[in-house]
Amino acid sequence: MSSDIMAIHTAEITADRPWLETLHEWVTTVDHKRLGILYLLYALFFLVVAGSEAMIMRAQLMYPHNNFVSPQVFNRMFTMHGTTMVFFVGIPVLFGFANYLVPLMIGTRDMAFPRLNAFSFWLTAFGGFLLYFSFLGGSGLYGAGNAPDVGWWAYAPLTSRAFSPGHSTDYWTIALLVSGFGSIGTAINIIATILCMRCPGMKLSRMPLLVWMNLVMSGMVLIAITPLSAAQIMLCVDRYLGGHFFDTQAGGSAALWMHFFWIFGHPEVYILIIPAFAFMSEIIPVFSRKPIFGYPVMVAATVCIGFVSMSVWAHHMFSIGMSSYTNTFFTLTTLAVGIPTGIKIFNWLGTMWGGKIILKTPMLFCIAFLFQFLIAGLTGIMLGSAAFNWQLTGSYFVVAHFHYTLVSGLLFAVFAAERTPRQTPFLALLHRISLDV
Amino acid sequence: MQKADWPAIISRIAGVLVLLVGVLLAAGLCVASPHDNPVPSIFEPRSTNAESLYHLSNFVLAITGVIFVVVSSLLAYVMVKFRNRATDVAREPAQVYGSTQIELAWTVIPILIVLLLFLSTARVIHAVQDAAKPAKAVAVTAIGHQFWWEYRYPELGIVTANELHIPVSTPTYLKLLSADTDHSFWIPQLAGKTDLIPNRINEMWMDPNQVGIYLGQCAQYCGTQHAKMLLRVSVESPEDFAAWVHAQKQPAIQDEKEAAGRRVFESTSCVNCHAVGGTNGTGRFGPDLTHLMSRRTIAAGAAENTSENLRLWIQNPDAIKPGSLMPAMKLSDQELDALTRYLETLR
Repeated sequence: MSSDIMAIHTAEITADRPWLETLHEWVTTVDHKRLGILYLLYALFFLVVAGSEAMIMRAQLMYPHNNFVSPQVFNRMFTMHGTTMVFFVGIPVLFGFANYLVPLMIGTRDMAFPRLNAFSFWLTAFGGFLLYFSFLGGSGLYGAGNAPDVGWWAYAPLTSRAFSPGHSTDYWTIALLVSGFGSIGTAINIIATILCMRCPGMKLSRMPLLVWMNLVMSGMVLIAITPLSAAQIMLCVDRYLGGHFFDTQAGGSAALWMHFFWIFGHPEVYILIIPAFAFMSEIIPVFSRKPIFGYPVMVAATVCIGFVSMSVWAHHMFSIGMSSYTNTFFTLTTLAVGIPTGIKIFNWLGTMWGGKIILKTPMLFCIAFLFQFLIAGLTGIMLGSAAFNWQLTGSYFVVAHFHYTLVSGLLFAVFAAERTPRQTPFLALLHRISLDV
Repeated sequence: MQKADWPAIISRIAGVLVLLVGVLLAAGLCVASPHDNPVPSIFEPRSTNAESLYHLSNFVLAITGVIFVVVSSLLAYVMVKFRNRATDVAREPAQVYGSTQIELAWTVIPILIVLLLFLSTARVIHAVQDAAKPAKAVAVTAIGHQFWWEYRYPELGIVTANELHIPVSTPTYLKLLSADTDHSFWIPQLAGKTDLIPNRINEMWMDPNQVGIYLGQCAQYCGTQHAKMLLRVSVESPEDFAAWVHAQKQPAIQDEKEAAGRRVFESTSCVNCHAVGGTNGTGRFGPDLTHLMSRRTIAAGAAENTSENLRLWIQNPDAIKPGSLMPAMKLSDQELDALTRYLETLR
């Protein structure tokens, strides 16, 4: 991958082209590798921004009754940190790798719809910039900008005009609507590419696991983002066109928003982690010098996760007073989705068993992933038990669980995948220690 | 030539050691006794339903703990036993593609574990949520507001705010409503969380078995001051509870020495939000102040109920709870003093 960048770079330097021309080429590109890199650079930028927001929160929480930031600013910080990390770091990183690697892995020249590819990227990008423009634009209730402060889950009726009179919710809604359409576009592209453009002889059962995982992930994107977009449109109707879907003061339902949001939100987190599983499935065999243990089972487990994860969403709502039958059902499905996930972990261990493991940096990230994702999965089991959930939900336990899955899951997988030969051993060492600590 | 990446291995070990130390430290802090650490713990249940949640939690923790130990030991073992040694002949290891028996084994065993966890959880869910309501229960209606708690005892004819008093042993059945956004009622030692959702009636119960003060907080993000919407439950002996009920049923004390303060209360916009029995204040937007001085804290636990805090709260609520819905009353110093002295008579 880096040799491509070097080749383009070298050619550009030696040709002594005006920088404007290079910029123009990058902005108008429809090439899958360039768009992949654009996605990754975009995600890296927002990773730093969202990381700074996290640091601000940590500074405020350093000791009780601290006054580093006001409550209004703190609420904007945690909303923006969550929204940015999920929508403008997680999704772009995964689409970036998918864009770059999937055509290469199935032996085709580009994605099925290159211009849709570019359009989707720019939609996602615009969504991110619109969300961040909220810090500058519009008038807030307490002044100083209008960034969303309703939580990344934006529960109704806090988002109604009665309780969020400024424009913070509108920035959240519209930015995510726009970037959601971009995600849907890329997902369609990936599915079409994988199903229609494989090289001759590559049956589905012969595809690399990364391609399989991106296929499942894209299918889930189509099914999950749509309810979110629908809910956001309903919220706009509530706020501006006199609707009362979620307006409890007029008989609307707060629980309805929760169902819509989490039927998106839960598959979304599997969308974020399945490509990370893909990186694991590609890197571990290489560094163990053995093929992946149980390829058909890995595919089946991933497809299983894809389907079952659509049925677990109300485990985010165990405390809202649903009936005991509902709580029991969602406990069952949530515990059940842990089974294929566990099978995948065992298969990775099985791949390493009997191999000749080369303990270089990418493999070390994979091992760190396995260890910490195990903790993440087990805390997920604890949260999946509705009765235990009644003590754990809405507290830092949940925050810990999803940071274990996303940081040691997604982030470590990405770090494992993006090792370049140019990184010095010292940098890698520093990187490793700081992340492990 | 494949060499072991020693710097990376050392950093990995260092990282794991730091992680272990951190985990042990955190675990140690978590099991600190409540006298050292005032934060209420879910592992110190004081009611029947909290206890059943506690036993289930231990069961789940035990099973997941065993799984964790087994899998991470396997991981550590694999890492050490099958690592590539520099002296190794550069030949590929045996290329194993899979094994149906092994796959079956590690599918069936997790299914059994999941079944076990599911059945034990289902039992507890049913026991807590479908418990029959006993005849002799204290009925409380809790209404969540931004950012305070209103409590009504419909059978006793009492309305109070922020500090809940209930008797020990007798179950208390709560009906949970919300006046604005979503909130969540969470006293870790007495019960699991139940949300207060507007336009929806939720029910929960708790039967504390030990007298004392139990702390909790709102557990669903409800706006700017969600973090300072604290809960305080006073579980009392039947005699103390009866005495409290009796005191709450009394009309507001009419202390003639503080008539000036009462006039300030009745003639400014205070009465639009607050109710005090015996005055023209019948507002329900803010807490009922009839027996304000029977409470240890004000502003839902944000400050101690002292003279200075009362005065500051009325003069500039943002100094205590920025973003709360109490407006700064813009009274003169004399009016403020008179009003504070009047409020302090409302025992």
